[in-house]
Amino acid sequence: MGWLPEPVEELLNVALVGELTVVRPDGRPVTHPLIPLYDGGLIFMHSSTLFSRKLEHIKRNPRVSVSLTDPVAMKGNPDRATIQGTARVIEDDPHSQWERLILHLWRRKEPAIDQFLKARVALPLFFERAVIEITPQRCLYWAGGDTSVAPQVSEAPREAVA
Amino acid sequence: MPAVDAATLARMDGYPFIVVSWVDDAGYPLSVATTFKTDGTAGRLLLDEPGGLPIPTDRDVVATGSHIRPQPGIGYDERRYLSVWGHAAAPSDGTVALIAERTWGWDEAETPFFEYSERSVPQSRRYLAQLSAVRGHPVKPRLALGWLILRTTRLPFLTATLVPVLLGLVIAARHGPFDWVVAALVVIGGSLAHLATNVTNDIFDTLSGADAANVNPTQFSGGSRVVHYDLVTMRQLVAVAVGLYAAAIIIGLAVLAIRPSVELLAIGVAGVLIGLAYTAPPLKLVYRGLGEIAVAAGFGPIMLLGAYVAETGRLAWEPLIASLPVAILIALILYVNEIPDRGGDAAAGKRTLVVRLSQVAVERLYLVAGLVAFALVVVGVATGIMPWPTLVALAALPLVFQVSRGIHQHYDSPYLLMAFMGTNVKLHLYTGVLLLAGYAVALVVAAIR
Repeated sequence: MGWLPEPVEELLNVALVGELTVVRPDGRPVTHPLIPLYDGGLIFMHSSTLFSRKLEHIKRNPRVSVSLTDPVAMKGNPDRATIQGTARVIEDDPHSQWERLILHLWRRKEPAIDQFLKARVALPLFFERAVIEITPQRCLYWAGGDTSVAPQVSEAPREAVA
Repeated sequence: MPAVDAATLARMDGYPFIVVSWVDDAGYPLSVATTFKTDGTAGRLLLDEPGGLPIPTDRDVVATGSHIRPQPGIGYDERRYLSVWGHAAAPSDGTVALIAERTWGWDEAETPFFEYSERSVPQSRRYLAQLSAVRGHPVKPRLALGWLILRTTRLPFLTATLVPVLLGLVIAARHGPFDWVVAALVVIGGSLAHLATNVTNDIFDTLSGADAANVNPTQFSGGSRVVHYDLVTMRQLVAVAVGLYAAAIIIGLAVLAIRPSVELLAIGVAGVLIGLAYTAPPLKLVYRGLGEIAVAAGFGPIMLLGAYVAETGRLAWEPLIASLPVAILIALILYVNEIPDRGGDAAAGKRTLVVRLSQVAVERLYLVAGLVAFALVVVGVATGIMPWPTLVALAALPLVFQVSRGIHQHYDSPYLLMAFMGTNVKLHLYTGVLLLAGYAVALVVAAIR
């Protein structure tokens, strides 16, 4: 169902951290390290209401990018990628909607999340969360991670964009 | 003079590469990793030019370094990141100079995650308020009812009541007939009064701003924060306090009906008044550095003597003497819990003992008070007022030294101090349980004779 190159999907499946860049109201980019999740077609990130300024930015301007750059956070995989896309903030029920949508993906990367969830009473606002659903539009890929050379660029098929 | 000083920029040196981002001509952010050097004197970063992606010179650019240490099966730690905003100069020899204009970042080694979260509570409230306005109905954070009750009433602290009440009851059992119904009512009533005091304390700390000013709450300190987090409204919290006080008073009256006693009535009234006066105006005892004395009185002699008098109908020296070590140790729980709260407390005008004293004085007072608590057990036994098996309580004495060392080492580190705050709670609990065990042995020995 996805169109991203297979090596990029591999990065998305292992990355513990990616850089989400959003656009502030004054037009400046701002970058947030977050854990990226991938369901084979869409990229999901998520944010506590505590750190929700990025959500406000996305609601004003849904154009975002996700970069996967750190081999340490990607089980030693040296490849790099940047995915530009359109984001949607899913915030109908910050208390539990994210659990239904992405907890299974999050758990796969961070099994300890269940332990933290059991202690939800200790940090209740941290688990009031919104989901950032990103539809990839364009992908830049650097095999071997060497960004001194131009990336391989691929675009979403027209039906995926529609 | 550079807009960003060399020391701030030098923090970028800790990252092996940075992610450079700008908004491309299509309006999307575009990011690329690259290696770099810092030039602190000129306030700029020297970026190795990415291939095929010229960094624009006509718009804002942000360069972000980030670091984590993966912990397999757990997640990661050592989180930190730093962003530098600025404008790029035209490339020269494959290098692009990014003139730094401002920076922002977070390093959990400097600002622990819990503190970072606490400092962000206003953002959460703002976000949910905006969401509520868009939706046309309130969108609020939630907790499952059981957790909410536990958090609102601070239920785990009930050991502070159970220790003195059970001690009072077991001493009463040595001195005469024992009524199990009265005992059950005393345990329930004392617990309700304690929970009411906890909730009342939160109401006044919220109103004074002490909870909001405290960005270092721990599981032992900083209050329930349920109103600050918008989990319950102030009106609901007041209703809970009134309900708990009412229930405690009804049970107290039921005990009085079974065992009429002027002394018991006086103890009950004193308990309720101290509970209210702890944070409530006009006395606000804890704001005047008298919190420890109020807590010691309430969870020492008042609880213990109250339970004793409820059973026997009279006052006696033994429950009073036995209550003193327990009173000191419960006061020390409050005392140590005030250490991480001292900044927020001082900001809210809550001049607790810890706010008033220097670190050295705080440490000394803890050690002296802890030792006096155990000395009182020895004195109680030596004078024949307490039975000799209660000397077993001395087994908890090493915990005083553990906590004392923890206070000295982690006075300015709330989250490292937290483990010793837990040990301090255990000190009170274990000493109480050991005293109870000593009294139980004395009861059995007396029964055998």
